[in-house]
Amino acid sequence: MKIDNSLPLEYSTEENRLKIFGFWIFLGAEIALFATLFATYFVLVDGTGNGPTGEHLFKVPTLMFQTIFLLTSSFTIGLGINAMRLGRQKATIGFFIITLILGLGFLGVEIYEFVEYVHEGATIQTSAFLSSLFTLLGTHGAHVTLGLFWGTFIILQIKKRGMTPQTTNKAFIFSLYWHFLDVVWIFIFSFVYLKGMM
Amino acid sequence: MDYFDRFAVPHPSPAIYASMVAIGLTMIAVVAGITYFKKWGYLWREWLTTVDHKRIGIMYILAALLMLFRGGVDALMMRAQTAIPDNGLLDGQHYNEVFTTHGVVMILFMAMPFIIGLMNIVTPLQVGARDVAFPRLNAVSFWLFFMGAMLFNISFVVGGSPDAGWTSYFPLAGNDFSESVGSNYYAISLQIAGIGTLMTGINFIVTILKMRAPGMTLMKMPMFTWSILITNFIIVFAFPVLTVALALMTMDRLFGTQFFTMANGGSDMLWANLFWVWGHPEVYIVILPAFGIYSEIISTFARRNLYGYNSMVISMVAISTLSFIVWAHHFYTMGHGAMVNGIFSITTMAIAVPTGVKIFNWLFTLWKGKIVFTVPMLYSLAFIPIFTLGGVTGVMLAMASADYQYHNTMFLVAHFHYVLIPGTVFAVLAGFTYWWPKMFGFMLSEKIGKWSFWFIIIGFNVTFFPMFITGLDGQARRMYTYSESTGYGPLNMLSFVGAIGLAIGFALIVYNIYWSTRYASRNISNDPWDARSLEWATHTPIPEYNFAVVPTVDSTEAFWDSKKKGFKLFGGKVEKIHMPNNSGVPFIMSCIFFVWGFALVFSMWIIAIIATIGIFACMIHRSFEKDHGRYISVEEIEETENKLRGAK
Ligand code: HEM
Ligand SMILES: [Cu+2]
Repeated sequence: MKIDNSLPLEYSTEENRLKIFGFWIFLGAEIALFATLFATYFVLVDGTGNGPTGEHLFKVPTLMFQTIFLLTSSFTIGLGINAMRLGRQKATIGFFIITLILGLGFLGVEIYEFVEYVHEGATIQTSAFLSSLFTLLGTHGAHVTLGLFWGTFIILQIKKRGMTPQTTNKAFIFSLYWHFLDVVWIFIFSFVYLKGMM
Repeated sequence: MDYFDRFAVPHPSPAIYASMVAIGLTMIAVVAGITYFKKWGYLWREWLTTVDHKRIGIMYILAALLMLFRGGVDALMMRAQTAIPDNGLLDGQHYNEVFTTHGVVMILFMAMPFIIGLMNIVTPLQVGARDVAFPRLNAVSFWLFFMGAMLFNISFVVGGSPDAGWTSYFPLAGNDFSESVGSNYYAISLQIAGIGTLMTGINFIVTILKMRAPGMTLMKMPMFTWSILITNFIIVFAFPVLTVALALMTMDRLFGTQFFTMANGGSDMLWANLFWVWGHPEVYIVILPAFGIYSEIISTFARRNLYGYNSMVISMVAISTLSFIVWAHHFYTMGHGAMVNGIFSITTMAIAVPTGVKIFNWLFTLWKGKIVFTVPMLYSLAFIPIFTLGGVTGVMLAMASADYQYHNTMFLVAHFHYVLIPGTVFAVLAGFTYWWPKMFGFMLSEKIGKWSFWFIIIGFNVTFFPMFITGLDGQARRMYTYSESTGYGPLNMLSFVGAIGLAIGFALIVYNIYWSTRYASRNISNDPWDARSLEWATHTPIPEYNFAVVPTVDSTEAFWDSKKKGFKLFGGKVEKIHMPNNSGVPFIMSCIFFVWGFALVFSMWIIAIIATIGIFACMIHRSFEKDHGRYISVEEIEETENKLRGAK
């Protein structure tokens, strides 16, 4: 592997640059995926049948907790990448762990919220609106879950192998993914919850 | 027995039992043959675990050819059924299953993989690269496609085939009207194959944008590479829509969600929209690369560089953008207002403009050329008028008001076959013949090739032209029989005869492969067609590293210039080359995907969960694995190069 020392480690080999670029294109596909889910949601949002509406279901506190957890985690992973650029392994791992804990918090609240919905008789089978709501939120939540595992494995690898071009590359790509999930959440926050509560 | 009952085919018939036996016997024969010749090790090392883009391409093409025959048998069954009025060969249910599997297999498991196979083999060579950007991912893509295709195909003998048309419109494809597991197969096998396709899209965009030989700017890329680049962008933006649509379909069928239901707020039109937002670009995914193939072949055999390079590129970009904003022309009659229909009508017709530009460019290339009538060139020449007819009838269908009259008649069936067969099938056959010597080191017989060409061209027109007439006369599509008094009988019989001609043409292709493998001369040059782009600049057969020295490029036809103007392609000296290692993980992971898909089709949750864990285990394995490939040393390269040079 030729290593170009004038670049940050995660960009330092040809293979690494290809991977980062490829991941950006993958994110393009992810945008198309979530755009389709949002479009589905907008089409079906009034299809509530005999089930409850969004106005009836959505609650401010859970929403606030979720948003704070996820936005903060995007910030801490940024700090993690910054520490990585400075070559400080302990700090990098530390920030990554905080990020994952915040992600776990987000997920916990989301699961709590889903359980609440079901208690109120709002299941994924109740109406088209709820099918699309659960699917949109669930897809995002599944991405977060996947991210939790992914992030854990990256931490293990950095611990085991140190900050090599490979591990930093993985960590960097993971951070792109995580920021992306945050952006999707902002859309969910505005166009699903805020709009639904108004 | 209850447990096993659901695996039984709901409407068994002698044909199905016969295929069960045939499939069983073939499998036993294959396994026995491989064991007898002790080829398991070879198969595993050289093929199942390969990450070489050329071999992956060959496997794609083999699978696509197999599927061409599967889809072709379906087509013959349909044409045989409708050849005479009141025929009882197939009943209504079987006819439904046959046209559904025919459509799906032809588009998703034949046309697209064939194109992807050619692009795997050719694109890295044309841009002067040693491999694709992510070789391992490429293997995953192939195996996912393959497993998806196999899962779809076993529906015929296990549990029942889908029967709601390749468009699977709701509520028809919902549990109420499609009770068998057939539509589950549809949703899940397309999902598995679709994920593979999406990854191919990403892989090739990166390959083309980041791995071109020095000097090859975007506007110096060969036209085929351009078409592939644009196609892959369409893939990356269209396939996620399919992913979502199929996921929603799966949930509706398996978990009782309400996306496409008629009660509880669901919307069947949502399905139609999602399906065609993917489906229309999909037809360009299979047509644009064909344009690229024809451009290569026409300029090679007209002995002239391609006329209007820039306008070719611009028109392809225009087509790809337009392809995303025309989808509603597939359901003009499903209750949009005149305004919506009008807009979609205009955007649809607009596609004719850039397409026309391309047709004229090919004609101008031919105009002053010295034409050599090889088999690939014959297909390209035949393509132009036939495709134009398909295009003109497409514009007729694009007019919403007229479409009310003949949508869902055989006129439409004739139209889209007039576009898809010259547009894709002729192109892949031409490309396959053209690049065959690069893949295998010998040429296919021109003589047998010409025989099969004429059978295919004539058979094609005899099959499909009558459908324009019966369609305008009102014969509906997807109708399994009709009464004598309609008068459709004679033309349908003619069409059946044509279909037999087509079948003979395709069979001759197989015979050609067999004959040429045995008898064709192995003593061919690296550039047997006197061609123009970089794939012909390396040895035949191609060494695994493609180019010993990375070529330098300074025009759209660097190889041609190196032959005619003495431009120096290979300047540098030989250095050690980095190559990826083979891996069994893509194959194993895809096998688990197959199990996962099968379990979902039959709602066997425990197996599905175990398989899901298995899939993640493979990914984790990959993440922790330390495998940075290997180096081929300078001595080894020189030895290979000398041997290949000596062979000539
Ligand atoms: C090889 C000769 C072929 C013959 C004789 C043939 C024949 C037919 C016929 C008769 C139908 C109409 C069924 C009906 O509506 O009653 C049909 C449908 C269709 N064909 Fe073909 N076909 C051939 C090749 C192809 C190829 C190469 C493609 C695609 C690349 C293709 C794609 C389709 C599709 C998408 C449908 C619509 C299926 C549906 O209605 O759900 N066909 N074909
Ligand atoms: Cu269309």
